[in-house]
Amino acid sequence: MHFELFMRAAFVENLALVYFLGMCTFLAVSKNVKTALGLGLAVIVVQGITVPLNNLIYNIFLRKGSLVLGEYNLEFLGLICYIGVIAAAVQILEMTLDRFFPALFNALGIFLPLITVNCAILGGTLFMVQNKYTFMESVTYGIGSGFGWAVAIAALAGIREKLRYSNVPEGLRGLGITFMVVGLMALAFMAFNGI
Amino acid sequence: MAGNKTKDVLFNPIIHNNPIALQVLGICSALAVTTRLDKSLTMCLAVIFVCAMANASVALIRDRIPNSIRIIVQMTIIASLVIVVDQVLQAVAYGLSKELSVFVGLIITNCIIMGRAEGFAMQNTVKDSFIDGIGNGLGYSMILLVVGFFRELFGSGKLFGITVLPESIYQPNGLMLLPPSAFFIIGFIIWAIRAYDRDQVENDDSGIGHSHAH
Repeated sequence: MHFELFMRAAFVENLALVYFLGMCTFLAVSKNVKTALGLGLAVIVVQGITVPLNNLIYNIFLRKGSLVLGEYNLEFLGLICYIGVIAAAVQILEMTLDRFFPALFNALGIFLPLITVNCAILGGTLFMVQNKYTFMESVTYGIGSGFGWAVAIAALAGIREKLRYSNVPEGLRGLGITFMVVGLMALAFMAFNGI
Repeated sequence: MAGNKTKDVLFNPIIHNNPIALQVLGICSALAVTTRLDKSLTMCLAVIFVCAMANASVALIRDRIPNSIRIIVQMTIIASLVIVVDQVLQAVAYGLSKELSVFVGLIITNCIIMGRAEGFAMQNTVKDSFIDGIGNGLGYSMILLVVGFFRELFGSGKLFGITVLPESIYQPNGLMLLPPSAFFIIGFIIWAIRAYDRDQVENDDSGIGHSHAH
């Protein structure tokens, strides 16, 4: 059951190629495979932490009939709570990386704080709320969706590295051809719908 | 002249400095909501509103925000505005808000709004920032409406739900309603914009010399 959820989160409902989340960093960081892998790993960790945390907050504080403040339906405060949790989690991750893994910290540079505004992270949380997962399911979903996003960005980085030596028409160079390639990748990922 | 600068700030982001086609911002929602024109239009209006108001608010307090927490302050302002928009949308057009589902909430992380708040509103006056917010919102809307137009027309033969190409003369191309088509269409739009405005063409960084002169 959890394995099925993991596969669904990673491939059938891939946050990057099916729901187009996290596109900005997706297109900006995929220039070489090493940074893409580093960013992908960071996304997996952040997703794995924030989705369960937000699930706890939703079930304990915000839902109608929840444990604390149950008489009020505070769901509308959800957005601002989730983004606060995400910002805090990324800040802590940044400090941990700086202290224990300085090489990775330097490689990621500016992109680590940018994960905070990565639509994929907030999107993962919002989908979790929409689908009303339990705590264990949200752990699986968080890691699975992060993993799917990481696979997508690593694949795109590999393709873009090869594309550097091709003769692309001037107007399409850089951003244009990247869009076409991602479109083809999205087309390929649609094959997973049949599972 | 003050008048000209306002015009520049307002119209530049539409073609010359388009947030989606050049600055690579705000792509997520551009791809997801453009299957129908009414969804695209709602998203455009929401983004224009949030971008303009957030820019104006950040510019208003820009001298008082301590540097260490400025991202958090910007995000709080943007998040609050988006909550307002979300509630209004649920009240006024419940069906549409259900279809847009998570993407209204995702306006918070829409890089355009964060990018302009950080990059423009922190250094400019309230009036300029407000106009810049509208300008970038318009640039974003232009791409959204063009993509939405093609996807809805060729994907289902309708525009705003009104059948324009009936089944008898045109078999709808289902691919247009699926995610990959949005990528292709935006790729073509970028190609068109760069053919028109040669400054935006990126340099070839492979190091292999091409025979024709630049």
